[in-house]
Amino acid sequence: MSQYYSTNEAFALTPALTLALFGCWILVFDFLFANSKQKRYFALVVVAGLIFAGVGLYRQQAFLATSGDSSIIAFSGALTIDRFALYFNWVFELATLIVALVSYNYLEIEGEHHGEYYALLLFAQCGMFFLAAGTDLVTLFIGLELMALCFYVMVGFLRGDKRSNEAAIKYLLLGAFSSGFLVYGFSIMYGLAGSTRLTDVAAAIAARPAWDPLVFLAMTTTAVGLLFKISAAPFHMWAPDAYEGAPTTITAYLSVASKAASFAFLLRIFLGPLAPARDAWEPLLAAVAILTMTIGNLAAISQTNIKRLLAYSSISHAGYMLLGLIAGNDTGIQGIAVYVMVYAFMNLGAFLVVIALRRKNIIGDDVDDMAGLMYRSPGYAVLMLIFLLSLAGIPPTAGFLGKYYIFLSLIETHHYLLAVIATLYVAVAIYYYFRIVKTMFVGELTEKAPLATSFGLRVALGITGVLTLAVGVYPEPVLRLAQNSFLR
Amino acid sequence: MDQHLLSIVLFTPLAGFLILLLIPGKQKDLIKVWANLVGFVGFLISLPLVSRFDKGISGFQFQESTDWIPSIGAHFHIGIDGISLLLIMLTTLVGFLAILCSWNAIDERVKEYYAMFLLLQTGMIGVFVSLDFFLFYVFWELVLVPMYFIIGVWGGPRKLYAAIKFFLYTLAGSVLMLLGILTLYFQYHQQFGAYTFEIAELMKLDLPLGLQQWVFWSFFIGFAIKVPMFPFHTWLPDAHVEAPTAGSVILASVLLKMGTYGFIRFSLPLLPKASVDQTIVQVLAVLSIIGIIYGALVSLMQQDWKKLVAYSSVSHLGFCTLGIFALNPNGLAGSVLQQVNHGISTGMLFLIIGVIYERRHTREIAEYGGLAHVMPKFATVFAIAMLSSAGLPLLNGFVGEFAILQGAFEASHAWAAFSVMGVILGAAYLLWLYQRTMLGQVTNGRNLHLPDLSLRELVVFVPLIAWGFWIGIYPKPYFDLLDKPVQQIVERVRPDYYQGGAQRVASAKPRAVEAGAAQ
Repeated sequence: MSQYYSTNEAFALTPALTLALFGCWILVFDFLFANSKQKRYFALVVVAGLIFAGVGLYRQQAFLATSGDSSIIAFSGALTIDRFALYFNWVFELATLIVALVSYNYLEIEGEHHGEYYALLLFAQCGMFFLAAGTDLVTLFIGLELMALCFYVMVGFLRGDKRSNEAAIKYLLLGAFSSGFLVYGFSIMYGLAGSTRLTDVAAAIAARPAWDPLVFLAMTTTAVGLLFKISAAPFHMWAPDAYEGAPTTITAYLSVASKAASFAFLLRIFLGPLAPARDAWEPLLAAVAILTMTIGNLAAISQTNIKRLLAYSSISHAGYMLLGLIAGNDTGIQGIAVYVMVYAFMNLGAFLVVIALRRKNIIGDDVDDMAGLMYRSPGYAVLMLIFLLSLAGIPPTAGFLGKYYIFLSLIETHHYLLAVIATLYVAVAIYYYFRIVKTMFVGELTEKAPLATSFGLRVALGITGVLTLAVGVYPEPVLRLAQNSFLR
Repeated sequence: MDQHLLSIVLFTPLAGFLILLLIPGKQKDLIKVWANLVGFVGFLISLPLVSRFDKGISGFQFQESTDWIPSIGAHFHIGIDGISLLLIMLTTLVGFLAILCSWNAIDERVKEYYAMFLLLQTGMIGVFVSLDFFLFYVFWELVLVPMYFIIGVWGGPRKLYAAIKFFLYTLAGSVLMLLGILTLYFQYHQQFGAYTFEIAELMKLDLPLGLQQWVFWSFFIGFAIKVPMFPFHTWLPDAHVEAPTAGSVILASVLLKMGTYGFIRFSLPLLPKASVDQTIVQVLAVLSIIGIIYGALVSLMQQDWKKLVAYSSVSHLGFCTLGIFALNPNGLAGSVLQQVNHGISTGMLFLIIGVIYERRHTREIAEYGGLAHVMPKFATVFAIAMLSSAGLPLLNGFVGEFAILQGAFEASHAWAAFSVMGVILGAAYLLWLYQRTMLGQVTNGRNLHLPDLSLRELVVFVPLIAWGFWIGIYPKPYFDLLDKPVQQIVERVRPDYYQGGAQRVASAKPRAVEAGAAQ
């Protein structure tokens, strides 16, 4: 291996480089498509970028499968392409693809159609790549900031809209603050280990007692930063505002891709360097998980805005996923993997329907705007029903499998009380999800304007809807994939 | 064909549902005809199950098994024994009649309505045929959504409240039950090193009593809410009163049986130690008896026809659970038979309310009186349904109640003594209802010119009446059918029962049969 750069490293970086290149291409050639209608071709460029990045990921996957290596290590350990990283990258690919497909029509309606948007999508995914694959504190942090900066801009993308501006400022301030905590934790870890490699940090922490004050300090500060990113209580305050104000496409992206990437990050840290300190963080995370599910589920009940409601629901889902980490056995970790995947398409799907409700002169993000949707557009109403059932975790939809693994892992590790709390919140969740269902199916049709559909939206809805049902009925391939990716 | 008979029965309604989705919503008549056809065919193809069922074999018949989700050990494994056979026949028949009786009642959103019923039908049959816990759970939950819509969209004034209450109650129960299932699943992995949801495999588990009790209570919550047992019954009157007629019929006749079936199929065989644990048996029996008497007393008080029948379900289902936890062949066989009987008689009562509600749009008992003069056919049908529900000899209700009481007597004299009160009160509220609505002079002018039953309406009742008389007059085939499965369950929970009390049992069973036949 040459000292600076080798083919091995180029191979490892391909997907990220591809994404960045396509993003830059969009920035440079933004002038090619002058008017708002033409900007939609950038969505095609994003899809092309995703395909090329996908080829890169596929080749990496194939390499791992044929060579028998468990990972491709690049930059002397700063970047590790393992199945774990690849699994999350497939989720990012899916999320970006869906969001790109539905964005062009939505942005035209919002009157803010700019090429930069598409570039930011690609750059954000590039950041996520490093979050999933990074095995060095600095790489991870850069990945995180790359992703977060893109999101700060995208959340505030509707410049003329007060809510969007407010959301961006809130997200930026709180996000910066939490990054500060995270870096503080990282600096202590560096101080402990004298290295930024996760393996070195892990060795240094393992050498100390579990309740070492320095380790505890590093753990808590890092945890604050990470919990903020996954929008776990009590660091969830930004989420409802950011979700509500952001363009709905970005809300969808934020709730799925950003959360998945942050979970990849969180797992890397907690199962890597912080694994030896499990005794210290397990009760802490258990408390956070209970609080997160409680706040998410209870606050969602009284929401009248769908985006806020889904924001709180997404908070509660973060709580469920945390439970898998608390259980910490193979089932739990695999459960997080399955959960992240199914959550991606069911939550994206639900937001797609909300996106379709945004029409010229109709904001369409109140629960009441759904009224009588069954009379207007039965297909959309039924799809929304499927997504909501899946979010609630009712079989035979995909969402049930995520919950299934989480519950099973809690039982296997004898966390019975947590299991009971988590299951009872399923019943609470059905209450607010079914408020939407009730409005759609029983409410009076008030707004007769047709939904804002487009080719991209229909394709995206098709993909998410079919996946939600198909994975629910025949989940074997997804479970296999998750199993293979997370075997330790 | 023969190997896949059960699958065909299970998936016919689902296939009908999928095809129904393709019919444009405007063609209401086509939709109605199609749904009725699917319902009828669904019933017809379930008939071979009866003729080809071998009573002499213990264990499951018509079994089909394939891998479904190998990585978690879930199989598509279905099969039936005598108990499930009876409940499936009840489902296919009542399901068809519920569809048939909706012909005039439903005029809005016809397509969605029938779609929900067909989906519900597959879910219900699925619950009764599943031999894999994962599969069972999927069907169990699948039932909730269509029922929510049936109540919530086509129901009465407080339909949304009733629908979500039904949904939340049953869902909370079933997710807690899921924890119990997962505990068994995990324990199996601990003991045998493999993951499986097969019921037959899980029965090999040897668990300590303490753990069995925990799992039992988690199952209990799921099943007791569904039955519903006192004190989990509060969703039932709301759901029944608000649901459209066909919804009430299905709810009472089939959905409630999913709970009692759960006790028989899962709680008892999987958790034999907990099931004979004295505390648990006592609690269950006391709750059942409270349900019997409380349900009957509340029925006496009702001003609303439908609510009265709804509370009578609480009382009747109390008998069913009491029979189960008598833990002897008479109690269990009586319980299963009584589940079918309740399906027949209460189903008829709800259909009757539907008939009169379509004409008068009120269910206030005080609004009626002397209907026998105006609607003689209707009054006759009502009399039969009412007497069958009240347990008059020659009709089905008597046989079931008799066997249950016999089983209860064998278990404890006190149980039998208290539950007999339920029989008496049952006769009281039903007869009083009949007197207030049918007999005497016509007091309300608006009742003077009500049309009697039409042919279609009569057709709906005929099979149920015939079935009721059959069970009432000649119940032997039913007891024969239940003999083997019941024996298996009793052997499982009380291994010494047949050795110790062989003499008693041998004489007990024919006595129940003769008693029913002789009346």
